[in-house]
Amino acid sequence: MDNVFAFLAHAGGRLDDSALELLGAARALFPGAAPIALAAGSGASLDAACQEAAASFAEVWKFDQEALAYPNAELLRPLLARVLPPGAIVLLPHSTLGMDLGPGLSVKLGAAYLPDVVDGAAAAGTTLEAVRQEFGGQVSSHVACDLSAGAVVTLRSGAFKADASRSAAGRVVDRSAEAAGLTARRRFLERVQAEAGDIDITREEVLVSVGRGIGDKENIALVEELAEAMGAALCCSRPIVDAKWLEKPRQVGTSGQTVKPKVYLALGISGSFQHLGGIKGNPFLVAVNKNPKAPIFQAASVGIVADLLELVPELTERIRKG
Amino acid sequence: MEILVCVKRVPDAAENEIVVEGGALRADDLVYSVNEWDNYAVEEAIQIVEREGGSVTVVTVGDGDSEEVLRREMAMGANQGLLLSDPAFAGADGLGLATILAAAVRKGTYDLVLTGALADDGAAQVGGMLAALLDWPFASLVNSIEVKGGLLRVGREIEGGTQEVSEIDLPCVLSIQTGINEPRYVGLRGIRKVASVELPVLDAAALGVAPPPARVRRVDYFVPPAGAGADMLTGTTAELAGQLVGLLKAKGGLK
Ligand SMILES: Cc1cc2nc3c(=O)[nH]c(=O)nc-3n(C[C@H](O)[C@H](O)[C@H](O)COP(=O)(O)OP(=O)(O)OC[C@H]3O[C@@H](n4cnc5c(N)ncnc54)[C@H](O)[C@@H]3O)c2cc1C
Repeated sequence: MDNVFAFLAHAGGRLDDSALELLGAARALFPGAAPIALAAGSGASLDAACQEAAASFAEVWKFDQEALAYPNAELLRPLLARVLPPGAIVLLPHSTLGMDLGPGLSVKLGAAYLPDVVDGAAAAGTTLEAVRQEFGGQVSSHVACDLSAGAVVTLRSGAFKADASRSAAGRVVDRSAEAAGLTARRRFLERVQAEAGDIDITREEVLVSVGRGIGDKENIALVEELAEAMGAALCCSRPIVDAKWLEKPRQVGTSGQTVKPKVYLALGISGSFQHLGGIKGNPFLVAVNKNPKAPIFQAASVGIVADLLELVPELTERIRKG
Repeated sequence: MEILVCVKRVPDAAENEIVVEGGALRADDLVYSVNEWDNYAVEEAIQIVEREGGSVTVVTVGDGDSEEVLRREMAMGANQGLLLSDPAFAGADGLGLATILAAAVRKGTYDLVLTGALADDGAAQVGGMLAALLDWPFASLVNSIEVKGGLLRVGREIEGGTQEVSEIDLPCVLSIQTGINEPRYVGLRGIRKVASVELPVLDAAALGVAPPPARVRRVDYFVPPAGAGADMLTGTTAELAGQLVGLLKAKGGLK
């Protein structure tokens, strides 16, 4: 199979972690394929990324254009639709770029779209059977994807083991000319960094984290008191920030902060992958949730099935008593 | 600005436990509501129209039960609802839904189409596919919109809390991320006001469309086998608090 492609995310001359995970996934799902890497960008930073990729992929297609210096899906989509052969299978990271690029790309290629894959078995004939998750990870599903007209597949970060063997002495093929003359009706202007808050939860060793299970703004006081009694910092899941009950710098997750505490107490948080993706360093994770099947219990060290509104005041009082 | 917002009726995962039986979801347990992301999309459309003029139409592909989500969004302030319904639409995958919606977009004169970024039972795909079918520009995970002359200045939320700012030509499709606004409260009064409004229903013939056969098919649902799993504590509230204090002390969780 010579039509498997991996789209490489890179920045500052370095490949993103997802790049070697796509290679690992390509080897697992399409054994015998010789996956070709696709790298778009501009100048020295792109060259460095291509060199790095050539240590792992037998072939790297390089697309160097000033316009591609910033990875704008509205340019990348027509580019990929232009250069990929019919029936191509394209692997993308399920990142904010992959989510922006993938669905429309599948339409332009006339290919199937299989997003956010967390596991899968080697493709059999023209069918790929993969595992996805729904309802924030509460249930999984097996899905069958018809590969006969190609497919765009996005892979969840961390789901497949990176292939770090660096066993290819690959060649970089310069196909920049084919990327000439791309225009987009969405033009990148700037990147704005998240505002810094008065607290830096990334440096805290003990975190009390609250999710939608808190129910009401008034109840936030309960977890504030607990955090204070513990000498911990208070953080939260995304819905709490969306509702403006706590400020953005306190949000843990892929679109918030990455924390590395020793102890993480998760209260009324279901355990979506976007939330868990912000917790690193394997902390002692205690989950309190009233739903015994909440996915957070899969990730937790210790679990308690309880109503947090009852448990938290009791806990605060005990800690205060010493 | 004429804005079309695509909304969906989904099982509410926050409100009820999703139970799997024999490879399917146990249907009688499910409580349905409007997909969370869609409420932000509708609120944003209403706010744009409040500032710029125009109107908001909410559209959904579904059966008669889906009427309730259209009415809810109209109670919120959308001007019209549109139900796309036909037995031939049952089982449509993401591309099928996008194909049906694209036909509805072509029947109108919209400047802007919004979708939610994701549905609880979905795959963050319909918006991007719809844009590609219409050949309109697209931006996903949008968390700010500013109308500037004939175009929009939009912010996309990318990893680590960073925002990517772009300008995008109209007409375009945007998928809306939560947190862009605070969806307004829908009271019983509002619901009653729109309860008897006629909702136009368009079927496959009226739209002139047949969704393509699905190429991605759900085989079954399953509950993943528990991994290493947590040590589960049990007891009364007082006992649980006692055990937890002990554990937190031991692990350095108390200062
Ligand atoms: C692109 C993208 C990026 C995202 N980035 C992030 C991110 O950075 N961080 C993040 O957190 N999310 C992020 N999300 C959202 C994420 O998908 C989930 O929607 C979110 O994490 C859910 O938050 P939650 O667990 O607090 O709420 P829910 O999923 O609603 O869970 C609430 C939990 O509380 C439990 N509960 C309810 N009442 C009680 C009670 N009284 N006592 C005990 N338990 C109770 C319920 O059983 C449930 O498990 C992102 C989503 C997208 C699409």
